[in-house]
Amino acid sequence: MALLEIENLHAEVGGKEILRGINLIVNPGEVHAIMGPNGSGKSTLAGVLAGREAYSITEGAVRFKGKDLLDLEPEERAGEGVFLAFQYPVELPGVNNQYFLRSALNSVRKYRGQEPLDGVEFLKLVREKLNILHIDRELMTRPVNHGFSGGEKKRNEIFQMAVLEPQLAILDETDSGLDIDALRVVADGVNALRSPERGFVVITHYQRLLDYIVPDFVHVLSQGRIVQSGGKELALELEAKGYGWLETDAAKPELVTA
Amino acid sequence: MTQTLKPREGYVQAFAEFERGAAVGPSWLTPLRKAAISRFGEIGFPSRHDEEWRFSNPAAIAETPYELAQTGHGLRMTASDIASYAFEEMGGTRLVFIDGGYVPSLTVIGKLPQGAVVGSLSEAFAAHHPAIEPHLARYAKFDTAFPALNTAFLSDGAFVYIPRSAVVKEPIHLLFLTTDAGKPTVSHPRTLIVAEENSRATIVESYAGIGAGTTLTNAVTEVVVGQSANLDHYKLNRESLSAAHVATMQVQMAQQSVFSSHSINLGGSFVRNDANAVLAAEHIECTLNGLALIDGKRLVDNHTAIDHAMPNCNSHELYKFIVDEQGRGVFNGKIYVREDAQKTDAKQTNQALLLSADAQINTKPQLEIFADDVKCTHGATIGQLDPEQQFYLQSRGIPKAEARNLLIYAFASDVVSRIKVPALRAQLDAILLSELPRR
Repeated sequence: MALLEIENLHAEVGGKEILRGINLIVNPGEVHAIMGPNGSGKSTLAGVLAGREAYSITEGAVRFKGKDLLDLEPEERAGEGVFLAFQYPVELPGVNNQYFLRSALNSVRKYRGQEPLDGVEFLKLVREKLNILHIDRELMTRPVNHGFSGGEKKRNEIFQMAVLEPQLAILDETDSGLDIDALRVVADGVNALRSPERGFVVITHYQRLLDYIVPDFVHVLSQGRIVQSGGKELALELEAKGYGWLETDAAKPELVTA
Repeated sequence: MTQTLKPREGYVQAFAEFERGAAVGPSWLTPLRKAAISRFGEIGFPSRHDEEWRFSNPAAIAETPYELAQTGHGLRMTASDIASYAFEEMGGTRLVFIDGGYVPSLTVIGKLPQGAVVGSLSEAFAAHHPAIEPHLARYAKFDTAFPALNTAFLSDGAFVYIPRSAVVKEPIHLLFLTTDAGKPTVSHPRTLIVAEENSRATIVESYAGIGAGTTLTNAVTEVVVGQSANLDHYKLNRESLSAAHVATMQVQMAQQSVFSSHSINLGGSFVRNDANAVLAAEHIECTLNGLALIDGKRLVDNHTAIDHAMPNCNSHELYKFIVDEQGRGVFNGKIYVREDAQKTDAKQTNQALLLSADAQINTKPQLEIFADDVKCTHGATIGQLDPEQQFYLQSRGIPKAEARNLLIYAFASDVVSRIKVPALRAQLDAILLSELPRR
């Protein structure tokens, strides 16, 4: 069964239609990159999948492992195995990272019918994940994202992903605001989590991230529709030609069938 | 009979009965009591036209025919009756008062240094303790209604005396309970805490209601912090949801002393706290912090007044209000910096989190500065839960209600994290993370 099926998805915000008929299928183990210019609907798509309230769905369907995803609350989606790495991770002053993460993990475990982890088991798991991602243990004692640098915030997103073990990870412009070293650290983290059971949707404006997280498929989003799909080469063509051709259609990169 | 009288006359007449019966204590108290009741007779209860009561109308208290609570009921109570208020896990010393009367059978006196006294005022009167007469009723003025009534009806209460250079390690818990007498009753708990030079102690003053009685607790606490003494004070209000609670804490601080107080308000339908500190010498550190959780139609009014009378003193205030449903919070923070009080550093912060459209906060910083080389800052913020933060937590699997509690907890955390008594902090953590809204 496909992990994620998006069928003719239309969504609007404040009466303005942003997504205008998206179709996409993600199978387990696949990495899909979604590229497109500013305002093409990339972040809206991420928000709709994670359950952000601001959007209203006017048409279409989204199924996750065969279930109607749009019918679920954000926390239920997390329980089902959807994870969104935020473009702008939210600061939570006063909420200790460790407390937050344990609450999150035990909430999704409860949803999945698993026993909660006690303090000792939780710390063991955390240490293991910190080691895989080469993240300093000190991160756990700080308030969630509060006073974090841009790179630390993005690493914290990937770390949360590692602990919550989603089946579908959506990375919303995870590369934005990162220098090349921070980008590499984040990409290494994502690559460490790639597995035959897990699917990724990597949303990005720039091809650069895809040098490090190599996708199986690349889709071009423009004005709320996927206008072109292809293999990883498509990203390079886009980098060379920019997004200008979307206006004119004249310089459209050669279609690569996926 | 008292019910037919106007409230003011009712109290004056009740005082006459009190004088004939329950008014025990040393003879020097008698003129003080008389002066206090005659002052009350002159001024009566404040109204909301009084600037100090503008946002918390005391009319309901003035109009309720409270009778002086009888203390006999408390003597029949057992340890299990008070278990949920007792903080057994805190260890140390616990004094128990029920409906204003001292209950020796529920009191536990822990390990105390030589010369330290933790007991009832009536015992201290009987023992002619030398710290009583110079301090009791010398700091808390009775020129306003509630302290006047408390002083007029002063017969018993808590007495804590920490002698010079003594250190009391475990917290001293002063527990004041009210019970439901089936009719409106008032008690006037009185506390005197004297920490002599270079002494150290931690005091937890807590008020709670057993049952849902219509009660008024009218408390006055006087705190004397001697030279270089360090006193850590907590006040916890868990009165029943039908109770009114009016309290004045008056703190007198000597040179190089350190006093910090955290006022945690979880209960009571009408709560008014006045916390006043006089910084009467140099190099004093005074901290007044507060946290109020207000739901239903409850009201919590925190008034503070810090009087910087001398140079080189620091004061810090952080008051937080969490207001839900139709709750109302009031904060009034006065800071006086007298002409002599150069190099004063005073910082006042008031923050409110409003959780519903009907929730209200009225806040008024009031700084009066007569010295020119000082640092005084104040700030008030009012906010709501951030939907983006809530979504972030939910997107990580945390259910909506839990996410809300976690954010409320986060808001309160910079007050809660400063509480140094683990048992108290643990209970607050549990309440903040699970109990709002309390329906």
